[in-house]
Amino acid sequence: MTGAGDVGSVGDVAPSALSPAEVHAAVAAAFREEAGRLTATLVRSLGNFDLAEESVQDAILQALEHWPRDGIPGRPGAWLLTVARRRALNRLSRDARHTVKLEELGRQGAPGPDDRLELILTCCHPALPREGQVALTLRAVFGFTTAEIAHALVTSEEAVAQRIVRAKRKIRSAGIPYRMPSPEQLPDRTAEVLAVLYLLFNEGYLTTAGSGWRRDLAEEAAWLAGVLCRLLPGEPEALGLLALMRLHLARAAGRFTESGELVRLADQDRSRWDRSAIQEAVLLIERAAAMRRLGPYQVEAAIAACHAEAPAFESTDWLQVLALYDLLLSLAPSPVVRLNRALAVWRVAGPQEALRQLDELAGDLDGYHIFHAARGELLSEMGRQEQSRAARLQALALTGNQAERALLRQRLLM
Amino acid sequence: MKYILLFCGTRDERRPASTPEELQRTYAEVGDWLRRNSSKIGSIHQLQPPDAATTVLLDRQRTPIVKDGPFLEGKELIGGYCEIDVADLDEALELARTWPGRTGAVEIRPVVPHELPGELDRS
Repeated sequence: MTGAGDVGSVGDVAPSALSPAEVHAAVAAAFREEAGRLTATLVRSLGNFDLAEESVQDAILQALEHWPRDGIPGRPGAWLLTVARRRALNRLSRDARHTVKLEELGRQGAPGPDDRLELILTCCHPALPREGQVALTLRAVFGFTTAEIAHALVTSEEAVAQRIVRAKRKIRSAGIPYRMPSPEQLPDRTAEVLAVLYLLFNEGYLTTAGSGWRRDLAEEAAWLAGVLCRLLPGEPEALGLLALMRLHLARAAGRFTESGELVRLADQDRSRWDRSAIQEAVLLIERAAAMRRLGPYQVEAAIAACHAEAPAFESTDWLQVLALYDLLLSLAPSPVVRLNRALAVWRVAGPQEALRQLDELAGDLDGYHIFHAARGELLSEMGRQEQSRAARLQALALTGNQAERALLRQRLLM
Repeated sequence: MKYILLFCGTRDERRPASTPEELQRTYAEVGDWLRRNSSKIGSIHQLQPPDAATTVLLDRQRTPIVKDGPFLEGKELIGGYCEIDVADLDEALELARTWPGRTGAVEIRPVVPHELPGELDRS
């Protein structure tokens, strides 16, 4: 099958006019803007999630083949819709039971209104396992290819394909609906989506530096959080998550050295942080706060803002940070939050007290590299170098992330 | 879509048996739940405890073996089940969430839609 030549090439951008990086950026932008809308439109008209999702994926693979060579169409959405629809028609025509759907599909038209919310909620349905939610969201909402998902999640293409097949099979066999949940259910369902987005963001955040891959998971997750804020204007936690992501991204330039080494918060060159992005994120937190429904993401964003707004590490408002961690613990208690709180205790009450609190978490966090890295820092500050070294070695043994390993090795040499 | 709700619990010998008042209250709540959702509910059954169970073990090579007790061993048990007919999983989830049990779990299992009316699926 060839591309969607009938969509017209007026306004197409000749590939020669763009550098490969610009072509990549333009293709990624087109996919993320269009893939979710397109899948949503097709699910609506086909009444079949699996078929819609496969057809859009086919169109994306076609675009990846054609666009870098022939140029990006003036209306990428229309191009993708035409190819995806043709793909769906091909599949359906093999099956005589679908003649009615065929007629409906045959009618040309632009993508419908934005029903991405239903799509996102379906992909993140709590009846699906988390890894299935993640893979399906990346494919159906972001328009990632299976290869891109495998790269982003550091796993094999077969594993990703398997997760997607299983998730789609469960959607069908368990009767997971494609519709808005009841108003009573919406908050829980939204929380599930936010958890998936935060996981995606964190997956991308550490592997960001110089990966050279076409799509950046952290940027993509922040983009979808922005879409979600527009689709759910009354949801303060979506705004809180968006603010949190933007605050982290605003500090991205300071997180790595020129040669790609991870820099600790205390050592980052704060002049490289994006001040205007930080200010905008703080405005988002205020907008969320005005809705008067506090939640963990808003508090986490407020903590991130404390760090982002401090002119220097030493001038961080640690008492405020500590108070916010207490608030966070009351909303969403977890050992990792208690670990972070202990690090704020370090700055307020000294390393001894921080270490005491940290050691209480050993049972829960013994397998978590950050726990041992934090102990290493505290012990080193207290002059207990041998124990510090042991803790750092343990941290090193527990992480596979290259940037983190390099930083830990560097700390071990000090 | 048809689903079976499995009302699951755990065997706990130390837990005191419900008082007659508690039992009565539970039955009244279940009655309310059934009335509220009558249009969606096919049949509902409470099961005798696992010590009332008898199991027939099948083996094509031999005659089936009859043994005392349930097939599923372990702490978990199924205390009853309910057949429901609803639009989709979200409606089934809503019924499961509002089930008046105080502990345990409700497992939702979709029923395979067989295309032989009167044969495998007699409803």
